[in-house]
Amino acid sequence: MLTPDSLKRIDREIAKYPADQKQSAVMAALAIAQEELGWLSSEAIEFIAGYLGMPPIAAYEVASFYNMYDLKPVGKYKLTVCTNLPCMLTGGVDAGEYLKKKLGIGYNETTTDGRITLKEGECMGACGDAPVMIVNNRRMCSWMNPEQIDKLLAELE
Amino acid sequence: MAILGAINPMLSLGLDGDNAWRLADYVKRGGYSALKRILAEKMPQEQVINEVKKSVLRGRGGAGFPTGLKWSFMPRSFPGEKYVVCNSDEGEPGTFKDRDILRYNPHSVIEGMAIAAYAMSATRGYNYIHGEVWEIYTRFEEALDEARAAGLLGENILGSGFNFDLFAHHGYGAYICGEETALLESIEGKKGQPRFKPPFPASFGLYGKPTTINNTETFGSIPFIMSLGGEHFLEAGKENNGGTKLFSVSGHVNKPGNYEIPLGTPFSTLLEMAGGMRGGRKLKGCIPGGSSSPVVPGEIMMGCTMDYDSIAKAGSMLGSGAVIIMDESTCMVKALERLSFFYYEESCGQCTPCREGTNWLYKVVHRIENGQGRPDDLDLLASVTANIMGRTICALGDAASMPVQSFIKHYRDEFAYHIEHKKCLVPLEVQRAGSGFFKATV
Repeated sequence: MLTPDSLKRIDREIAKYPADQKQSAVMAALAIAQEELGWLSSEAIEFIAGYLGMPPIAAYEVASFYNMYDLKPVGKYKLTVCTNLPCMLTGGVDAGEYLKKKLGIGYNETTTDGRITLKEGECMGACGDAPVMIVNNRRMCSWMNPEQIDKLLAELE
Repeated sequence: MAILGAINPMLSLGLDGDNAWRLADYVKRGGYSALKRILAEKMPQEQVINEVKKSVLRGRGGAGFPTGLKWSFMPRSFPGEKYVVCNSDEGEPGTFKDRDILRYNPHSVIEGMAIAAYAMSATRGYNYIHGEVWEIYTRFEEALDEARAAGLLGENILGSGFNFDLFAHHGYGAYICGEETALLESIEGKKGQPRFKPPFPASFGLYGKPTTINNTETFGSIPFIMSLGGEHFLEAGKENNGGTKLFSVSGHVNKPGNYEIPLGTPFSTLLEMAGGMRGGRKLKGCIPGGSSSPVVPGEIMMGCTMDYDSIAKAGSMLGSGAVIIMDESTCMVKALERLSFFYYEESCGQCTPCREGTNWLYKVVHRIENGQGRPDDLDLLASVTANIMGRTICALGDAASMPVQSFIKHYRDEFAYHIEHKKCLVPLEVQRAGSGFFKATV
């Protein structure tokens, strides 16, 4: 289900924990699977559970508990905007509204061409850089005023 | 962002953004000399812990518990594996200091954790890093590789016979994992639901073994305490509030960012360092220690000094040192609505008072904000918070209640106006101008 490269990365995570605690690698393994597959289907979660020797339901519990896992397909780019209070004071909510208007979609929706999914996020621990947003859980974008957002959107083709 | 200013800094001294985070730079700044000395002298564990006690270093994650005392709870002679865990799951709205510490001074945390492990007979450690800061996680992993290659982590460190290895664990988006037992559950590969205490982690922690969990900045301060001496560290701050501390200033200031200042520095000095109020507007309120700490009205805040005791006297908490500044363009109902949504969204769902109560808090504040408030809603909110507080396994329920109580206490008129007139006291265009978002285009 996953490429040898992804499995190698998962093995590296497993090695961080005591030999009888493979389950500790489940968060990283699910994240690696999501990175490769785009989202986590039941099959993907079951595969990870099997790989780590844990019950599928235990892996599903983890996948459904943490916000950054996607249990439904998302666009090529997932854009998560922080609208929490510190960001809001410096335009986080406005940035979300600006994106909605530009993309013609609401939160938790995907553009018709499948390019961008918009999400509202919680505190990302970067309030001094507000407004902030994250692309595909990995790349944090800081000080996102209208000009910066336009630049980012042009880049995410 | 970077650490934008400092008064007598320790943690941020000599940092140069992305150019000085590597092992060689840290060693040039005197890094790892404390660990080397402790190992070379075979310093008794008790002596290390006493030095930390003398420094009156108080936990930098929010609770402010004395670190040395916490370390002394570990059953050092207990046979078998013991763990030290670093809590870098920085998700408290307003807090963004640990991100900069890990980005610009990761080795201070590694050295601090190694010293902690030595003092408590732990041989393994984990640093749990907030999900949203992937670049910081990869940087920390790189720093770990450097330390391992230099023989500063792993088996028989610097030929001393002391073994300690350290790994990074990447979170994936759950505020609750900042609670230390939820964090342990999460490292074990489970949902992050806090454990009932006692037993405390010092007796039953990670994988059921004795474990000590400290915040990133706490560990990062340890090398300085061991190098300068506990007393010197204490003197750098003020009585009962040892050392300097990083403050994350966000919201309506000209220069949001991190500032390292001695504990006890006047709030007005910090505000000045952060460039003062944006647009010269008036300070309406300040949340001095992250979103869970009660809001303090501007005029009271201006008379505070930044330390645990002064902020407690003002009816709030220093918490993680996250200073959220709100000027007069802020609608306090809207501000509270957003915070209440956060706690509702992040409640782990384990305890009924928190799971149901945070939903009620959000729903009621939401309807007030949206012109559907009822005359008895403020009493209803007070009753819901009273029924959450003290009735849950962890502090999230209290954290959700304290903003509601303090916002209504200090800005009751504004809530009442909302309910009566079905609109904000602060005109919408004033709020919009306050955020500054559209200034680039409008």
